Amino acid sequence: MSSFFSSKSSDLQNLINKYIDVIEKCSLVFKEGFKCYINWQEERFTNYYKDMIALENRADELRHDIKFKLYSYMLIPESRGDVLGIIETLDDVVDVCKKVMEQLSIEKPDIPENLRPGYLELSELSSKTILELVKATRAFFTEIKLVENYINKVHFYEHEADKLEESLKRKIFEHRDIAYLSVKMHLRYFVEKIVLPSDMAESVAERLSVYAIKRRL
Amino acid sequence: MIRSLIFLSSGAFLGWSLGANHAGIFWGTAIGTKMVKFRTAAILCSIFVILGSVIGGGGVSSTLSQLGTIEHLAAAFTVALAAAVTTYSMSKAGIPISTSQAVVGSIIGWNIYSGFGVDYLVLTKIASTWVVSPVLTGAITYGLFKVVQHFINKSKVHMITLDTWTRYGLVIVGIFGSYALGANNIGNVMGVFVEANPFKEIELLNILVIDPTKVLFFVGGLAIAVGVATFSKKVINTIGNNLYKFSPITALIVVLSVSITMFLFSSSSLHDFLNSIGLPALPLVPISASQAIVGGIIGLGLARKNVDINYNELGKIVIGWIVTPISAFLICYISLYFMENVFLQVVN
Repeated sequence: MSSFFSSKSSDLQNLINKYIDVIEKCSLVFKEGFKCYINWQEERFTNYYKDMIALENRADELRHDIKFKLYSYMLIPESRGDVLGIIETLDDVVDVCKKVMEQLSIEKPDIPENLRPGYLELSELSSKTILELVKATRAFFTEIKLVENYINKVHFYEHEADKLEESLKRKIFEHRDIAYLSVKMHLRYFVEKIVLPSDMAESVAERLSVYAIKRRL
Repeated sequence: MIRSLIFLSSGAFLGWSLGANHAGIFWGTAIGTKMVKFRTAAILCSIFVILGSVIGGGGVSSTLSQLGTIEHLAAAFTVALAAAVTTYSMSKAGIPISTSQAVVGSIIGWNIYSGFGVDYLVLTKIASTWVVSPVLTGAITYGLFKVVQHFINKSKVHMITLDTWTRYGLVIVGIFGSYALGANNIGNVMGVFVEANPFKEIELLNILVIDPTKVLFFVGGLAIAVGVATFSKKVINTIGNNLYKFSPITALIVVLSVSITMFLFSSSSLHDFLNSIGLPALPLVPISASQAIVGGIIGLGLARKNVDINYNELGKIVIGWIVTPISAFLICYISLYFMENVFLQVVN
C-alpha cells in the first residue's frame, strides 16, 4: 500500500535529496577551497573552484527538474509553494559560494599573515552555518520536530560569523603594515563576501522555520 | 402522483438544503488542496450520498418513526416543512444548524396536535445524541490526532509521500463522509414520510425488487445530490470552510472523525453486532454534522494542547438544542392547524 502511494513521488524525493547533497558539498568545497587559497595552494584552489562551478551547474539542473516534477505530481498547492521557496533560496546560497570563489580567483586579495587565521575561521563559520541549514532542510522533509533545533544552530553560527566579521574589519583598518586605504577596502570587501553565505543561510533558515510551523500538526 | 410529489417537496427541500450546506464539510479541503475539481467532488459526493441513503438509511428512520408514526402525507409534508423553515431561519441567524433537532421538534408538534402524546424514552434517547455526538467526535479527533502524530514522528515519512497520502486520504474520507451523511441524515429528509410513503415497490427485469422505502430514500438522496450539485460550490466559496484554517492533515482528521461519528450513529449492522455481544450500542439517530465538527475542532485543540475553545460557538450549539426544537414544534403545531382547517387535509 505504502509503496503504491510512494512510487510516484519517489523520483521527486530522490531529486530533492540529491539537491540537498549538492548544497552540503558546496559548503565543504567552499571551506576547503578557501583553506587552499589561504595556504597558497593555487592549483588545489583552482580545482576546488572548478568543483564549485560543476556543483552550481548540477544544482541548477536539479532545481529545474524538481520544479518540473513539483508541478506534474500535483502536490498540495501550499506544500508545492513551500518546497519551491526552499529550493529557490537554497540556490542563492550555492550562487554566493561560487561567486566568492570566483572573485578570489580573479582578484586574488593579498591577505596579511596575521589576519589569515581570522579569514579561515570566518570561512569555516560560513560553512558550518550552511551545514546546519542542510540538516534543518533534511529534517523539514522527514522529521519536522527537529527543524527548530538545527535552525537555532544556524542562528548561532551566523551570529558568531557576524562578530568575527566586525572584529576582522577593525583589525584590517587598525593594521599598521597596510599602507593603502584601497588595500584595506579590498580586504574588508572580502570579509563581507566570505560572511555572505552564512547571512544567506540564515535567511533561508528563517523561511524554513515559518514553513515548519505551518506544517506542524 | 402529482399530489404526492407536491407533498414530498418539503422533504426534498430539506434534502436540497442539507446537500448545499454539508458537502463543504466533507469535500472542502479536498477541493481546496486541488486534489479534486468541484465537478468530480460533486459527482462522487452525490453518488455516495445516494448509496448511503438507500443502503444504510433504514436504521435512523425507524428511530424517528418510534417518536411519531405519521401516516398521512399532508401531515408528513407539514412536519418536514416546519423543520425546513426552522432550519433555514436558524442558519440565517448563524446558529450551527441541526436538521435533526428541527425534525424532532416538528414530530413532537404533530404528536401533541394529534393528541398522541410523546414517548419520552425515545425523546431522551434522541436528545442525548445531541450532546453525545459532538463529544464523541471530539474524542475520536483527539485519539486520531495522537495516533497520526505518533506515526509521523516515529516513521520519518518523507513530506512528499505524506502529502500524497493526505491527498488520497481526503478523497477517500470525502467518499466515506458522503456515504455516512446519506445514511445518517436521510432520516431527517425522508424519515417522516416512511409511513405515508406514496411510492410502490419497483421490480427491475424480474430480478431486482426495490422496496418502497428504498425508493423514497433514493428520492431523498437525489434531493441531497441536487443540493450538492447546484448550491454547495457557492456555499464553499462564499461562506468558506472553517477547516481551511487547518493544515490538510488536521482537516483530514477532523473530517474523518465527523464521518466516523455519523457512521456509528447510522450503521444498523454495527448496532446489531454490538447488541449481539452484549455491548451497549449507539442509538441510530440523525445527528448534526455542523455540531459534530465543532466537537471535532475542540478535540483537536485539546490534542494540540492549544485549547482555544470558542465559547461563542459552543453557546450557539446549546442555544440550538433548546431553540431549534421549540421553534419547529410551534411552527409545526400552527401549520398543522392551517393544513387541517384551511386546506382541509387529513393530518391525524
